[in-house]
Amino acid sequence: MSIIEVTKANFESEVLKSEVPVLVDFNAGWCGPCRAMKPMLDELAASDPGYKIASVDIDEEDELAEEYEVSSIPCLVVFKGGAEAKRSVGLIPKDAIVELVEG
Amino acid sequence: MYDIIVIGGGPAGMTAAIYARRAAKSVLVLEAVTCGGQILNTPDIENYPVEAHISGFDFSNKVYEQAKGLGAEFVFEKAVEIRDEAGVKTVVTAKNAYQAKAVILATGSENRKLGLEDEDRLTGKGVSYCATCDGNFYRRKVVAVVGGGNTALEDAQYLSDIAAKVYLIHRRDSFRGEETNAERLKARENVEIIYNANVTRLISEKRLKAIEVTDKLTGEVRTIELNGLFIAVGRVPENQNFANLVKLDASGYVEAGEDCHTNADGIFVAGDNRTKALRQLVTATADGAMAATEAVKYINAL
Repeated sequence: MSIIEVTKANFESEVLKSEVPVLVDFNAGWCGPCRAMKPMLDELAASDPGYKIASVDIDEEDELAEEYEVSSIPCLVVFKGGAEAKRSVGLIPKDAIVELVEG
Repeated sequence: MYDIIVIGGGPAGMTAAIYARRAAKSVLVLEAVTCGGQILNTPDIENYPVEAHISGFDFSNKVYEQAKGLGAEFVFEKAVEIRDEAGVKTVVTAKNAYQAKAVILATGSENRKLGLEDEDRLTGKGVSYCATCDGNFYRRKVVAVVGGGNTALEDAQYLSDIAAKVYLIHRRDSFRGEETNAERLKARENVEIIYNANVTRLISEKRLKAIEVTDKLTGEVRTIELNGLFIAVGRVPENQNFANLVKLDASGYVEAGEDCHTNADGIFVAGDNRTKALRQLVTATADGAMAATEAVKYINAL
């Protein structure tokens, strides 16, 4: 599986109504730490982890960023059963990403 | 056993790996997070020779590919301890232990915090350490920058293009950053500089709402309502895990001269975590070259 690009239009169907947990990566192209984290998320997505990984470009989707009170990126938010379960701000190692969503 | 273990995959560590590989030594780079380090936060590097503009991310990636192409190994684990037994260095991580004849400490530094109550909780909720990462969230809002060095001055200038109003809070009465940066900033109409003052309290509900600023000379306390606080009060070297073997100065930097030798045989230091006059990308990579060359000399003499 690969990372799903999520917008306001499909946030509800892809994230909130997902049957499996979703790790949402709020990021932007100009953010170096976000770009540095991307290969780790790609690897995780490719390993069929039993959850979805979604990406939100906060420049394109500023309403989503505002709705979920994201004001520092990279920001990873785990959604389970339509609600926020966990959140991490800043560049973190792959192990910590796994811990965030699986722990 | 490796010839050289480099702890830290920033520009200094990766350059050390390049030089060590070109001297045909086996090299393992241990990196706690992902390669690049602090330079990843820089959107546009304008002062490194060869390219007029390159992002910190692209720079890091290029150096990583270069080191990897030369045969350096990379493992993403945090080094927590070094043991030195009969000249063999064992570097311990949370999961494994690796051995080498020589070690290069290129651990860099992390953001210094103000040390205020709720600072951790509010990080990402109004408190930030990276203006270029988070500035866009504060379009037409009110922000403050704390600090007086180049980073603080550059952050304030960057934010003044985005935010409605930028306060710059500095604990001294003049700036230690570059003169051109300070002059540019003073010319901005939406920037208010508050000298001789400290941020003494973060006021919040769910998010940061205001800060309390105390004048150092008069003791007068002023409350500033704002949306974001950008903390740029310097960096702290990440050497504590190795203080059992190498001598640190009072601020925590590894004591070493331009030859990058520490007081411990076979342990070298490169980059921002070394005692030095100028911490820049170009001096970090220069350190990497020097430390690797000295480590190679050390190994060849064993």
